[in-house]
Amino acid sequence: MTSPTTARAPTFFDEVVAATPGQSNLSKCIQCGTCGGSCPSGQDMDHSPRTLFAMIVAGMRDDVLRSNSPWYCVSCYYCMSRCPQEVHITDIMSTLKRMAIKEGKYKESSAADAPDFSGTFIDFVESYGRSFEVGLATRYHLSHHPLDMVKMAPMALGMLRRGRMDLTPTKIKGIDQLQAILAKAKEIGGEAS
Amino acid sequence: MKYGYYPGCSLERNASAYHESAMEVAAALNLEFAEVEDWNCCGATEYMAIDMLPAFALISRNLALAAEQMGNGRQQQLVAPCSACFLNLSKTDRYLRDSPELADKVNQALAAGGLHYKPGSLRVRHLLDILVTDVGFNAVAEKVTKPLYNLRLAPYYGCLVVRPVRKTPFDNPEYPTSLDTLMRTLGAKVVDYPLKAQCCGGHMTQIKEHTALEIIRRLLKNAADYQADAIVTLCPMCQLNLDAYQDNVNKHFGTNYNIPILYFTQLVGLAFGISPKKLGFGKEFVDAAPALKKIGAEPPPKAKKPRPSKTALPMPAPAEED
Ligand code: SF4
Ligand code: SF4
Repeated sequence: MTSPTTARAPTFFDEVVAATPGQSNLSKCIQCGTCGGSCPSGQDMDHSPRTLFAMIVAGMRDDVLRSNSPWYCVSCYYCMSRCPQEVHITDIMSTLKRMAIKEGKYKESSAADAPDFSGTFIDFVESYGRSFEVGLATRYHLSHHPLDMVKMAPMALGMLRRGRMDLTPTKIKGIDQLQAILAKAKEIGGEAS
Repeated sequence: MKYGYYPGCSLERNASAYHESAMEVAAALNLEFAEVEDWNCCGATEYMAIDMLPAFALISRNLALAAEQMGNGRQQQLVAPCSACFLNLSKTDRYLRDSPELADKVNQALAAGGLHYKPGSLRVRHLLDILVTDVGFNAVAEKVTKPLYNLRLAPYYGCLVVRPVRKTPFDNPEYPTSLDTLMRTLGAKVVDYPLKAQCCGGHMTQIKEHTALEIIRRLLKNAADYQADAIVTLCPMCQLNLDAYQDNVNKHFGTNYNIPILYFTQLVGLAFGISPKKLGFGKEFVDAAPALKKIGAEPPPKAKKPRPSKTALPMPAPAEED
């Protein structure tokens, strides 16, 4: 959390900390590199979490928000459980995703599809209260990887054949209640949302 | 003992084998699981990437419903079999406890739906934790009628269950052993599985195929190197990635892995003498029949090939609005 007593204008670092729930401990990062060394998708990231955090401190806003790294984060919390400084790395990655979406910066990264996957997923959740794999796969892949759709067809058929996939979504009874709650949360949300 | 039960979206369909076997095992162990009525999706790893407060509110509706339905008063136990659901529910409860400011905002949102959640009313537990901690290895051992003597199993915990998002995880985050001990209790041979607590790649299969397949390949290779007959999992996402994408991995890397990916509850059920059919066998992509034969269990009949339709495209029909 930012200290309300800082007289200077908020830096990019302050913004990231303020948009992260609870204590991010970002200021405690000692640049040890344990996070990057632990990350399962680290080899495909533009910047390791450690590098990204140094860039945040350096105020390299655009480079950070354009990095593909947050989108390669699969939220496995491995780095977080190993970080000697208890930096909430996974939460900070989520914060960077939200900021990159808000500012449209993700479009310049090499992982530009990822937010749309997340967006399509939550559209179904907001409409039905449950996730819906067929709808998600169909809508997301048709708009992003129509060729993959053909590649994926055998798997989709396999899922159907084994009774592991529904053709229609399930809607919860309290969908109106859920939508009212989400609408209110968005209204209160403010900064990070 | 009585628990609230939050199945999560995967267990309704994709991981129905997990749900079915969990119910069979719970009944055999006299565990009473009351499903949370009208629960909603936990948001998986997606919602938090888009919008923070609605993501917390989405999860908290489930906590509020569960606490209300189980009766407020003393702390109640809520069981989640899916690792992502478990993480989201337990993490949200902890964050709400740690930050009264966040709890206040979430409760303002919940109030719009006539709900309220008092942080700490629930203790969110993973299904594995219930079996190894509450039931215990001795009580499990007493129920074993068909020991899994001939099976070599690789215990795979995946990422989220043992991460210390809760202050006191029930197992070691770096090198957990509870599932190993549980499988040994059933009579199985447990192989060393150094990657046991590594992530399966989560949703990455949908975003960057190569990155995802490489993560899955490593996990399969590690189990194959130790000649495991099956990988034992406790999460629907791990099961899906390692099972349904195994063929893609083989095509992508020119490998020929053929390792069935089974839920730990299916193995507990087998050792209890429950029939493979009741435990959801037959829904896996990589056939579990050879593994079942090793312990003398009868594999259920294979899923039928779908009748080819003359008109349909080779892909699932789009959903109809209801
Ligand atoms: S592991 Fe923690 S302290 Fe080390 S570089 Fe990463 S965030 Fe910083
Ligand atoms: S939580 Fe994200 S950044 Fe951390 S190790 Fe996992 S994938 Fe990498």
